[in-house]
Amino acid sequence: MNKTFKIEVDCANCANLVEDAARKVSGVKDLTISFMTQKMKVAFEDGADQDSVMAEVLKVAKKVEPDFEIL
Amino acid sequence: MNRKQLYMLIRIIIALVMTVGLQLIDFAGWPRLALYLAVYLIIGFDILKKAWLGIIHGRVFDENFLMAAATVGAFSLALYEKSGDYLEAIAVMLFYQIGEFFQSYAVGKSRRNIAALMDIRPDYANIEEEGKIVRVDPDDVEVGQTIIVQPGERVPIDGVIVSGVSSLNTSALTGESLPRGVSAGDELISGSINMSGVLKARTTKEFGDSTVSKILELVEDSASRKSKSENFIAKFARVYTPAVCYGALALALLPPLFLMLFYGAPVNFATFETWIYRALVFLVISCPCALVVSIPLSFFAGIGGASREGILVKGANILETLSKVRTVVFDKTGTLTKGVFEVNAFHDHGDNDIDVEHKKAKLLEYAAIVESSSSHPIAKSLQQAYGKKVDRNRLSDVREISGKGITAVIDGMTVAVGNEKLMSEMSLAPCRCRTAGTIVHIAIDGKYAGHIVLGDVVKPTSKAAIADLRKSGVTQTVMLTGDARPVAEQMAAKLGVDKVYSELLPADKVSHLEDILNSSKGDTKVAFVGDGINDAPVLSRADLGIAMGALGSDAAIEAADVVLMDDDPMKIGKAIRISRKCLRIVWENIIMALGIKAVCLILGMFGIVNMWLAIFADVGVMIIAVLNAIRVMYVHKV
Repeated sequence: MNKTFKIEVDCANCANLVEDAARKVSGVKDLTISFMTQKMKVAFEDGADQDSVMAEVLKVAKKVEPDFEIL
Repeated sequence: MNRKQLYMLIRIIIALVMTVGLQLIDFAGWPRLALYLAVYLIIGFDILKKAWLGIIHGRVFDENFLMAAATVGAFSLALYEKSGDYLEAIAVMLFYQIGEFFQSYAVGKSRRNIAALMDIRPDYANIEEEGKIVRVDPDDVEVGQTIIVQPGERVPIDGVIVSGVSSLNTSALTGESLPRGVSAGDELISGSINMSGVLKARTTKEFGDSTVSKILELVEDSASRKSKSENFIAKFARVYTPAVCYGALALALLPPLFLMLFYGAPVNFATFETWIYRALVFLVISCPCALVVSIPLSFFAGIGGASREGILVKGANILETLSKVRTVVFDKTGTLTKGVFEVNAFHDHGDNDIDVEHKKAKLLEYAAIVESSSSHPIAKSLQQAYGKKVDRNRLSDVREISGKGITAVIDGMTVAVGNEKLMSEMSLAPCRCRTAGTIVHIAIDGKYAGHIVLGDVVKPTSKAAIADLRKSGVTQTVMLTGDARPVAEQMAAKLGVDKVYSELLPADKVSHLEDILNSSKGDTKVAFVGDGINDAPVLSRADLGIAMGALGSDAAIEAADVVLMDDDPMKIGKAIRISRKCLRIVWENIIMALGIKAVCLILGMFGIVNMWLAIFADVGVMIIAVLNAIRVMYVHKV
């Protein structure tokens, strides 16, 4: 299951760092962040609860970059 | 400008005004400190907060930390020295924020520009419900449903036109600005814009499988496929920032300790002062933002600029490979030629040109009528050349002789149309034609009447495209084709292709390409250009697969790395030049940024560079790098 989210991230390096961190969240199979298109593509593991996974992704992302937002 | 940027701009202006004001009206002592501290916090509180959060979360070394450390350090030094010179700390923070603001504004703006180029997403689809036109989400339209596209609207879903006449603007898809006329029965490609009439179309695909979705997916994914240089810089930044921080720490501690131990410098804080200041300068210079921002921006601008020209590049890494292409291998049919046959000549039994118009017309007429029941491409081309409606009442006794041709009776005469084998079967000796091409022989009432020479039509720009490739630094061009050797060699000579391999079966194409791949030297790359029909394996085997005219061919879009939206071979050279320009600018930025920083860092160590120059090395370099990166977007005249 793939989903694309609109995001707000201010700097290119932060986007890289958030990507690294968010990939490690359990339930996330793959995740890519494009600073340029301001989009985050998430592939969920089968059977993962998307809402809780995304909540965790946001939490991890905020830790790395406080200004990171999922729109 | 978004809300965040506006907020930042207000902060910058307040801080600027206050700083200038403080230079004009002089306070002393505590009020002075309080006012400067206020300006400092107005402009820098978010940096301090982020640096603090970074420390808490165990990510100490980032840009925020660099800036916080440098400014807090400068402030503390000023306090300690009781010099009251707080301006430097504020200036560093202020310029850093101005730089960040500029970067965010410029990057945001060019990002939106580029995204707008590529944004062809239709917002809705019109369907008819109880006689009324209703707007629905394109996702909800099923295959086979009828959609209505009004003038000025974007076609949301692929389909076939049921009724209506109009012209379509396909520039967003192909870069081609000439409108394309369409009417009932024609294919309607999503993403194009309906210019004049109302069109009704029956959808042939779901929205998710339609051309427009495929293209959007491709373009959006392209930004996440990172190039080697991007990965290099990301890794570099990870090592670089901590290294600089430790370097600064060492610069603050080691030289003064050394001086105290061996040169009898006084053991007090004053000895450290100069070196702490130099360490702070060092920190300011070292910020890696110029590189981290400008490189993905360059690639994104390159991908965006290329897509405006009808060249879809699947990723930054592909752009990198493209710039190294030195050998281009072409599939002949559909790439260098149009892939349709055209009548080139009429010859009589002595292989001389027939120059009497009515004789030519008669040959063509008979051939077209006899072949009218066949669906072979050659038969179709003959029909097209004939151009009139075939009166099938004149035709009887049609006999198809597999692999040889057709015989039939027209107006009471027995006409045989076919290849040499058919003629020999009728014990006629057809002349061997001197012209390369596909030959159709015609015999009337058992007598040889002549032959028609059909040739695959070369695209008008093919020859120029090959010459153009050579100018763009491609050293070898190769043509692969299933055609007979004389046809292939004649065409290769005409187009200026270096090498040609003819009479190939589809599987042979892969093995020939592999030979070429093996013989390519060093870091140079081999590109294969095909039309996506039957050559998906070759496309994916090459270092770089270029599919052209691939609209609607999912297999080609899937297998290729670069998709040319129209079928003009001139775009290949252009794609290579765009990639070169992009890579050149990337390297310009890397060398410029690292070069200036390295020089400033060394000068900073010896105390030659002060805080002000340090700010330039940081913010100035970043601004130049960003502006330089945006240049990549303008590729129309490349």
